[in-house]
Amino acid sequence: MKITLKIWRQKKADTKGKLVAYDLNNIDPKQSFLETLDTLNQQLIAKGEEPVAFESDCREGICGVCGLYISGTAHGPLRETTTCQLHMRTFKDGETITVEPWRAKPFKVIKDLVVDRSPFDRIIQAGGFVSVNAGNAPDGNIVPISKKAADTAMDAAACIGCGACVAACKNGSAMLFVAAKVAHLAHLPQGSIEGQKRVRAMIAQMDAEGFGSCTNTYECGAVCPKGISVDFIAEMNRRWLGATLFDSK
Amino acid sequence: MLNLDAKIPSGPIELKWQKHKFEMKLVNPANKRKFNIIVVGTGLAGASAAATLAELGYNVDAFCFHDSPRRAHSIAAQGGINAAKNYPNDGDSIFRLFYDTIKGGDFRAREANVYRLAEVSNAVIDQCVAQGVPFAREYGGYLDNRSFGGAQVSRTFYARGQTGQQLLLGAYQSLMRQASAGQVKLHPRTEMLDVVIVNGQARGIVTRNLVTGSIETWAAHAVVLATGGYSNVFYLSTNAKTCNVTAAFRAYKRGAGFANPCYTQIHPTCIPQTGEHQSKLTLMSESLRNDGRVWVPKQKGDKRPPAQIPENERDYYLERKYPSFGNLAPRDIASRSAKEVCDQNLGIGPNGNGVYLDFADALNRVGAKVIGERYGNLFEMYERITADDPYKTPMRIFPAPHYTMGGLWVDYNLMSTIPGLHVIGEANFSDHGANRLGASALMQGLADGYFILPYTIGHYLASAQLSDVDTSHSEFAAALADVQARNAKLLRLKGKRSVDSIHRELGQLMWHNVGMSRNAAGLLQTLQRIPELREEFWQNAIVLPASGEEFNQELEKAGRVADFLEFAELLTRDALERRESCGGHFRNEYQQEDGEAKRDDKNYAHVAVWEHKGDDKTPERNIEQLKYENVALVTRSYK
Repeated sequence: MKITLKIWRQKKADTKGKLVAYDLNNIDPKQSFLETLDTLNQQLIAKGEEPVAFESDCREGICGVCGLYISGTAHGPLRETTTCQLHMRTFKDGETITVEPWRAKPFKVIKDLVVDRSPFDRIIQAGGFVSVNAGNAPDGNIVPISKKAADTAMDAAACIGCGACVAACKNGSAMLFVAAKVAHLAHLPQGSIEGQKRVRAMIAQMDAEGFGSCTNTYECGAVCPKGISVDFIAEMNRRWLGATLFDSK
Repeated sequence: MLNLDAKIPSGPIELKWQKHKFEMKLVNPANKRKFNIIVVGTGLAGASAAATLAELGYNVDAFCFHDSPRRAHSIAAQGGINAAKNYPNDGDSIFRLFYDTIKGGDFRAREANVYRLAEVSNAVIDQCVAQGVPFAREYGGYLDNRSFGGAQVSRTFYARGQTGQQLLLGAYQSLMRQASAGQVKLHPRTEMLDVVIVNGQARGIVTRNLVTGSIETWAAHAVVLATGGYSNVFYLSTNAKTCNVTAAFRAYKRGAGFANPCYTQIHPTCIPQTGEHQSKLTLMSESLRNDGRVWVPKQKGDKRPPAQIPENERDYYLERKYPSFGNLAPRDIASRSAKEVCDQNLGIGPNGNGVYLDFADALNRVGAKVIGERYGNLFEMYERITADDPYKTPMRIFPAPHYTMGGLWVDYNLMSTIPGLHVIGEANFSDHGANRLGASALMQGLADGYFILPYTIGHYLASAQLSDVDTSHSEFAAALADVQARNAKLLRLKGKRSVDSIHRELGQLMWHNVGMSRNAAGLLQTLQRIPELREEFWQNAIVLPASGEEFNQELEKAGRVADFLEFAELLTRDALERRESCGGHFRNEYQQEDGEAKRDDKNYAHVAVWEHKGDDKTPERNIEQLKYENVALVTRSYK
């Protein structure tokens, strides 16, 4: 395959960036998209040019560190697919593919396609946990949990924290990410005790980080590589409202 | 000569850990805040340790080279975590889990450590449930279990095919809770490049900030390494791209013994390599072997699609050779058997480098819905990569480097030969022997982090003589200068070959000669070739053109590959010196007539611990003799 990659190049957070075009020949359709970037980088290194900075690690679709805006869609054209699981057979021979980093105010560009997603960690720090110390937890079967509740919690817990939801949202909202964590823990008895405190604290931190509001366009759900349902956003709003109106704090 | 006193408590094995916990010195709660502990790595072991130490009241600095602790490679573990709960009432017990692990490791692990692992495994599950890990449940609301390779009981707890992710998120959330409380200081995008030793004790580390390039020193009262394994010495492996040996190898060079580096695990169920472009191999969870049947055509070179090959022309070789374990035979055996049939030109797929993992029988038996519930996400992942649908056609699988049982030597307290330097999880050597059973890596990482290290490190802090040391000490300046000089040397590499291409060549060399089976000729040839490749690296590699004072992924890679190029020699040397076959270490010269591994308990029932003697000197092989008081060293048989 022949492919043209138009890639966002930006030296540092505070320098200007621009799209630069690279032509690639002999791309194997079985290659992954990231392996194509590897191929490009090997060619750039051979020419003495600086390789494109991008992040990847597990390359199995689970660590959540890769994430590119590919021809206008977060993680590229396939539904429920991370960038690392996208293969070149998805594209047409001769296609021009535009590759950009996540663009959202709270995610600062570090270099080229690498962005800083530490705001997500700070949102989890605000309350995305169960307050339990190690050492004396009761037997795991002491509290039965219905299969349905456990499955729903797992549906939400599948979030990999890649940030595609933020990148895809015109407002740069992190509602799907936060909703997933709120729902994951709220559906389990162990997490429900702090449920009201958690939902208030996480939303407050999300706002403090500068993420935008949700306007129900659901682009986040459409691009989520793990298929996290936007229903969790509605659930989070209900829980937040309940916590705000009825919790004694 | 290294001091290899394992400090195993006396008494019956069931009481050793209880006795030890009582005998260890305690740090007064009010004094814990006076101690600073550095934890490097935030996977299952590191995150659980850092969180628990902080809960206890210590001041913790947690370092990881990822952008967030939630990315550590533990996240990729799919299948499950073992514990001896015996919920399914199928005869499991702490002793059986202990026995299976010792036997699975081919009697090359330390009894006392393994028993303790089995003992605390149940508390690990309880802790994770309490954190909100959404384990799979039965309709009655109780935890579900499944079986895994190498075990005849169902002791594996799981969260769909994302168990590692869910367990890591549990540990990460605990870590975030402590970060929020100010008890843990997080240092993401920071890579450890050296350990600082003061008066013979580990008192700090040297790091590079991967964004700014700034090289810094950090002091503490103790250092914990939880930096994972070294499978990427093979270049292609199931490990994440950034997994590396640097932290452990730098510690080795500072005096920590490196134990059993030749014990590497080749996982039997990975997607076969498709081409030269490939950057890594993808694991398919071993749990698939519960319902998948492994076979190859009986006839060599049979290129018919699998559906057209009738039953009587298929060889279900695992079921044929190992009737009692069948497709659930342990990983080393299943891997080697796959290689055997491929070596006999019976392999399937375009490159003949695969065997079928067929779900047809299970789909007929329980239906696609049930199979989808069990393995749906794995099937999807497989289809994305290969464009084949496993509901319709068998998966193609082949073994790939996956886990490393070798690692830094530690005593019963998880402390290396450098006082104060503790090593946990995959980075240490202690619990898996020569082979690891499925679903036990997660168990070990969390057992070390939640329930073992927090006790033993307290004993060290309470009993060691620790002088006041900060980063102004001359040893910190010296270590900092070493790291700066090494980085400068890497940045001067202006040759013609990329760092990746040299790593790829090293990987090929290791895979062919030091992979699933080894022999003296191949190992000697490798020992000759590695120094040449190292020379090629230092003469002809290229690290262009960004500086060291910025985000520079080529510099990061170069440092890791430079260490792999030295470590590979140690691994090969260890494989050469171990003249027997055991677990993941199979020497062609030492096999039974039927091709099974031939262990030599008389001469090799020991841990080989390598001691660095200087860059231009041969390392010294030390021995910790293994004593078996509770199990008989039988020949491993799964027939």
